[in-house]
Amino acid sequence: MSIYKKPIVLTVLITVVILIGTVVMMVFPLFSSETQPKMASLKPYTALQLAGRDVYIENGCYYCHSQMIRPLKAEVMRYGEYSKAGEFAYDQPFLWGSKRKGPDLARIGGKYSDKWHYKHMTDPRKLFQGSNMPAYGWLAEQTINAKDMENSMKALGFPYTKDDIEALKDKSKLDAVIAYLQCLGTSVDKKPKQPLIAAGDKNPLLADAKAIEEGKKVYEMNCAACHGIDAKGDVGPDLTDNEWLYVPGPIQDDTLFSIIADGTKKDQEFEHRKAKGGMPSWGEFFGKKKIWSVVSYIRSLESK
Amino acid sequence: MGEAVAYEWKPVKGFALSGIFWGLVSVLIGLFISVQLWKPELNIPPYLTYGRLRTVHVNGLVFGFAIGEIFALSYYMVQRLTKRALMFPKLAMVQLYIFNVAIAAAAVSLLAGMNRGKEFAELEWPLNIGVVILWVMFAVIVVATILKRKEEQMYISLWFMLSTVVAVAVLYIVNHLSIPVSLTKSYSLFSGGNDANIEWWYGHNAVAFIFTTPILGMFYYFLPKATGMPIYSHRLSIVAFWSLIFAYLWTGAHHLIYSPLPDWIQTVAIAFTVFMIAPSWASVFNGYYTVGADWSKMKSNYLTKFFILGITFYGLQTLQGPLQGFRVVNQIVHFTDWVPGHVHMGTMGWVAMIISASLYYVIPSVYNTTVYSEKLANLHFWLVLVGQMIFSVSMWILGIQQGVMWKAISPEDGSLTYTFMESVLVSYPYWQVRTVGGLLFFIGLCVFAYNLVMTIKNANKAVAVEGR
Repeated sequence: MSIYKKPIVLTVLITVVILIGTVVMMVFPLFSSETQPKMASLKPYTALQLAGRDVYIENGCYYCHSQMIRPLKAEVMRYGEYSKAGEFAYDQPFLWGSKRKGPDLARIGGKYSDKWHYKHMTDPRKLFQGSNMPAYGWLAEQTINAKDMENSMKALGFPYTKDDIEALKDKSKLDAVIAYLQCLGTSVDKKPKQPLIAAGDKNPLLADAKAIEEGKKVYEMNCAACHGIDAKGDVGPDLTDNEWLYVPGPIQDDTLFSIIADGTKKDQEFEHRKAKGGMPSWGEFFGKKKIWSVVSYIRSLESK
Repeated sequence: MGEAVAYEWKPVKGFALSGIFWGLVSVLIGLFISVQLWKPELNIPPYLTYGRLRTVHVNGLVFGFAIGEIFALSYYMVQRLTKRALMFPKLAMVQLYIFNVAIAAAAVSLLAGMNRGKEFAELEWPLNIGVVILWVMFAVIVVATILKRKEEQMYISLWFMLSTVVAVAVLYIVNHLSIPVSLTKSYSLFSGGNDANIEWWYGHNAVAFIFTTPILGMFYYFLPKATGMPIYSHRLSIVAFWSLIFAYLWTGAHHLIYSPLPDWIQTVAIAFTVFMIAPSWASVFNGYYTVGADWSKMKSNYLTKFFILGITFYGLQTLQGPLQGFRVVNQIVHFTDWVPGHVHMGTMGWVAMIISASLYYVIPSVYNTTVYSEKLANLHFWLVLVGQMIFSVSMWILGIQQGVMWKAISPEDGSLTYTFMESVLVSYPYWQVRTVGGLLFFIGLCVFAYNLVMTIKNANKAVAVEGR
């Protein structure tokens, strides 16, 4: 008797055949602890961060930005430490993404200042010429429904206080999404880096015309976003005056190099000056030669 | 000639036309968002931004066009293959109305930002319930008609139909399990790695049981019908059927290569992905050898080329897929524009090609007439073929370029050669070329819709004349 004459037998057989792969690849991992460990340093989202995550989903940010850094050399250099299984226990849903029309955001938290994010969201092309990111300044006019967020925090079992919920009433969706971005990837320690140069090193490319040209190109692609295309300052300070870290007077080549390579933290000291923080690190991105070229370019602006 | 069967064609007609309507709207939205990528000023907040319109484009084509036509063509095939009228035809008409209301509601809700955050599973929970109800109606009608069939032997298209009914139900329900907090908002029941694994088990098998098994069912039915040539090997199609539906469910995690998911899951998924070449190409060979009995049909029968090009793109798709699964290739092309190039070869080249060929056969059949214009059908064929090729090839080239730029490390000092912005800047010309491809494809679809509408008009005129 052919099974192709017995629809019920055939349907049961089909179901069994489909379920074999399903059980091995989907059901079994669901109950296996190795699929979903939880890092000790991982914190649940605050009410504001969760509201921001909802805004991120609502606007489909995850179609263009991944949040998953693969353990590949160039990728770790570009975005930071690769993603760990234990980072995502509070992510319902996961937002690893499948496409990068924009850069990965898994380690964006703390990389730029809030001020930078507000500027970038409002007018992305002012910071990155040629960017195709839609402007999201209009989120500043949209409010968060505090009552809904309280229900969400309850449903997900995240801890919160009445004040947390009350505080949401003064926040816009833009505030929320930036708060969310600023917490991304912060449960993983940033590894200390090997310095690229020794203390006291001088710029080998100083006043080198070719290096200045190269430095100008690198500057315009990457630094102009914050310091302005004319380097007269915007989110970051003016680089053409004789003030360094808000104190007048010259600064050594190696100090300038390490600020570019490693970035700054709030109150970090450089030649008896205190940084405000907010400068991202570019060392692995640019490498030694490009950083010296940028230093040469900045020096060339100074002397004008 | 036996006794004439009074077939129920109303649901077939209704779903066929609804599906075409949603297809046209969704492709037009796709065309618009392709322009937004190189002209970001066209993002009109909040509703007409890329992040919301993209969701409508994808859902409109999966649920509105593909599933609409799957309902239409399944209701046609199941009646012909069981040699009896559709069971519960009134239920099918109720289903048709709910379907159209649900698709419209889905589009509005997505534009309003109601999104679950999972690809192809964005709709919020009240709509999920609606989709499940529609699917149960489909299952009841198809299974009941098969149980009451007048033809004892079930043809392979019916097996594909039954596997679609079962698999989509399981996949859809599990991946849509949610914790609702209001009518318009819910959170996934699963988190992190588990959520990712379930999402791609679902996502890849939506490709299997919406974009493959029902379409293969149409291919095995309508190719012999349209050309008058029997399928080359029934035995080969049996082997293809069982190995296809067995292996597909193992492969979802190939979307998560180099992710924090356990390595064994990724590796097993890659292995099964490579194996999938066998069942896929069994159907490709079956198609080629079927028409191989008389290749002159490519010229003399206007539908043959739709089927042969369609199955060719299915074959290329199922070679490209496994290729992308290899870790060494995946690390270059994953996250790049190669991926939309791949997806659109399958959807524009295979799914839409076979569905439109099937409709060219079904619409004249259910309206008891002949197609309005074979010339226009040929024009439609060339427009969608060239449009799709421009789309896919430009995206493949761009994808490789992006992947290589992202990986490039300067040999001088070991730093990254390109910033992310530089990879965006090189993309613009390719994105513009893609829009041209999309435009040709859209014009092709309009020609198709016009041709079918005129076919129906002529048929209605003939009926009116007869009635006088």
